Amino acid sequence: MGLKEKILTKSLYVFHLSSGSCNNCDIEIIDCLTPRYDIERFGMVLVGSIKHADVLLCTGSANKMTVPLIKKLYEQMPKPGFVVAFGACGASRGLFKDSYNTGKPLDEIIPVDMYIPGCPPRPEAIMAGLLKLIGKLNSKGKK
Amino acid sequence: MKMDELLKNISNRFGNNILHINKKSEKRAYIDIYPKDIKDFVRYMFKDLSCRFDTASGVDDFDSLEILYHFSHDPSGITISLRAILKDKQDPHIDTITDITRSAWWIERELHELFGIEFNGNSDLRPLLLPDDWPKGVYPLRKDFQPPKRDSRKE
Amino acid sequence: MSHHAHIPIGPYHPLQEEPEFYKLVVDGEKVVDVDVRIGYNHRGIEKLSESKSYDQSIFLVERICGICSSSHPIACCQALEDISDIEVPERALYIRTICQELERLHSHMLWLGLAGHFIGYNTVFMWAWKYREPICDIMETVTGNRQNYAMHKVGGVRRDIEKEHVSYILKRLDEFTKHLTMLKGAVLDDPVLHERLKGVGILTKEDAIDYAAIGPVARASDYDIDVRRDHPYGVYDRVKWNVITQKEGDVFAKAVVRILEMFESVSIVRQCLDKMPEGPIDSNPKDIPPGEGIGQIEAPRGECFHYIKSDGTNSAVRHKVRAPTYMNFPTFRETVIGETISDATIILAAIDPCYCCTERMLIVNSGDKKVMDVNELIRLSQEKTRLIKDKYKAI
Repeated sequence: MGLKEKILTKSLYVFHLSSGSCNNCDIEIIDCLTPRYDIERFGMVLVGSIKHADVLLCTGSANKMTVPLIKKLYEQMPKPGFVVAFGACGASRGLFKDSYNTGKPLDEIIPVDMYIPGCPPRPEAIMAGLLKLIGKLNSKGKK
Repeated sequence: MKMDELLKNISNRFGNNILHINKKSEKRAYIDIYPKDIKDFVRYMFKDLSCRFDTASGVDDFDSLEILYHFSHDPSGITISLRAILKDKQDPHIDTITDITRSAWWIERELHELFGIEFNGNSDLRPLLLPDDWPKGVYPLRKDFQPPKRDSRKE
Repeated sequence: MSHHAHIPIGPYHPLQEEPEFYKLVVDGEKVVDVDVRIGYNHRGIEKLSESKSYDQSIFLVERICGICSSSHPIACCQALEDISDIEVPERALYIRTICQELERLHSHMLWLGLAGHFIGYNTVFMWAWKYREPICDIMETVTGNRQNYAMHKVGGVRRDIEKEHVSYILKRLDEFTKHLTMLKGAVLDDPVLHERLKGVGILTKEDAIDYAAIGPVARASDYDIDVRRDHPYGVYDRVKWNVITQKEGDVFAKAVVRILEMFESVSIVRQCLDKMPEGPIDSNPKDIPPGEGIGQIEAPRGECFHYIKSDGTNSAVRHKVRAPTYMNFPTFRETVIGETISDATIILAAIDPCYCCTERMLIVNSGDKKVMDVNELIRLSQEKTRLIKDKYKAI
């Protein structure tokens, strides 16, 4: 693992994108910022611009109108960057896979590094998922 | 006002222009009308009876299209739905009601893009929900449109 | 010489980027025109519902919106029950009412936090979301999950409220009420907030009626409608509660309505837990005959309307869903024109757009005009509050 990745694991900057979600996942993500769960004590921060982000957290079932946006944001994300597919919709489009307005699943649009399943995933699951990502990065570096 | 009194007021006002009244219960009634009379009915419901416009729902009956305009009379807890059947499925037309109440602004745009219904007098029928590159003439909520069942292993 | 600029207005949630489709045209500092194009959350649920069984549809509509996660299933169940007047046992009606009111509590608290964030009161944001947690815990005790409850079915509910849980629920409600009273004082008695929010984004009663506005947006403009009282369902006609209205129609009035409604909701839940009779929770209907049915309920944002047409099979011929924000969103145009850019985000937030029930928006910028994104707009809004605060400190 290069120096960049090592520094990343100390403090992940997360950019949250909703590609047509029902909001449950988005609320649980913001819930992680609040005092009860407080994701900031792990150094994780939600940022407002993709250019500052290390992690692209993608909720929603990749609605057709958002597909070009997802690709554009992935290209703009500075590398090394990681993609987390959030919730049942992020993993496989969930209930909406047969809809006329839903395209391919997220992992066929951009490469995904981690899935956090659930509908919605609990804040504890979100933190566990992101900490696992850090663990994965750390163990990659040790090889 | 009870349901019978409301229905009597509507019958007295419109007489033979009503095709059929289905009083389902003390809270629900469905009134079949001619599409050409929609403006008069809506004006009466909205202005004279002070009903609130809930929404309009389109239904594809295979050989015709149907629009149901749902109105709530809040003081009495009654919901009355006006049914207008558009027999020409190739070119369905009905008058707009956005000049009577602006609450129909969005629903007419939605019915236009999802069913292909033209609203005479409404110049703002831009797409509301579907992507810009959605093919013209394809109306998702019509019965002849079936999205393909997907097996994501094959995609 | 004035020139018109197109300004991007951020979506409700400040951390998203989207292509342009909401135009806010400004002349200097004032908003002159506004136009919206939605569609980023359109998942084709009405069409999907036609290919699912009724039981599956109820799970599907739960995911229309995370916050109205109890409202849409209840409205859907009521529409199906309306088709052939299916009886619902009394205990199930009480449980449905309790779920509804708990959802109202967590939704209004969530709104309070987000509105606080938009005007720069980040402590209100953190505390409102922290004190919302007891409600999520109660929901988890009652239904098994913090969101997406999977609680409702045609003819009743799926899970009962155990006797052992009642005292736990009452204890958490006491805790919640204490914090709510504190937040109410902090928000409603603050002179800075009075100056910041009063007179901003006024929706007149005539416009509220013409746009058929619903929920707290309508009630804040003296339009006295509430589905719980007008088209009673559940057990709202068996417990004592008040409909909260305000006359001014501005952002402050909308905040007052929501905060006072929370107190009413707590009272309704307490009365329901007290009066709930023993008995079955499910009438086990066997099939849905052909016909049409309508379900109307008061979601936290307003009236949620479902229409279902059935042909006797196990799937709907047509399932129309009309979420509350669909009617309230167009009022944004009325309330924001003539206001300043720094108030645009809070006026939008005051409608409490369930932006997945309806949509999100972002704006184009054209030509050589300045581009402002959502973070900039929120910063402007927070800056305006800071200036007012400084003025009060200097007094």
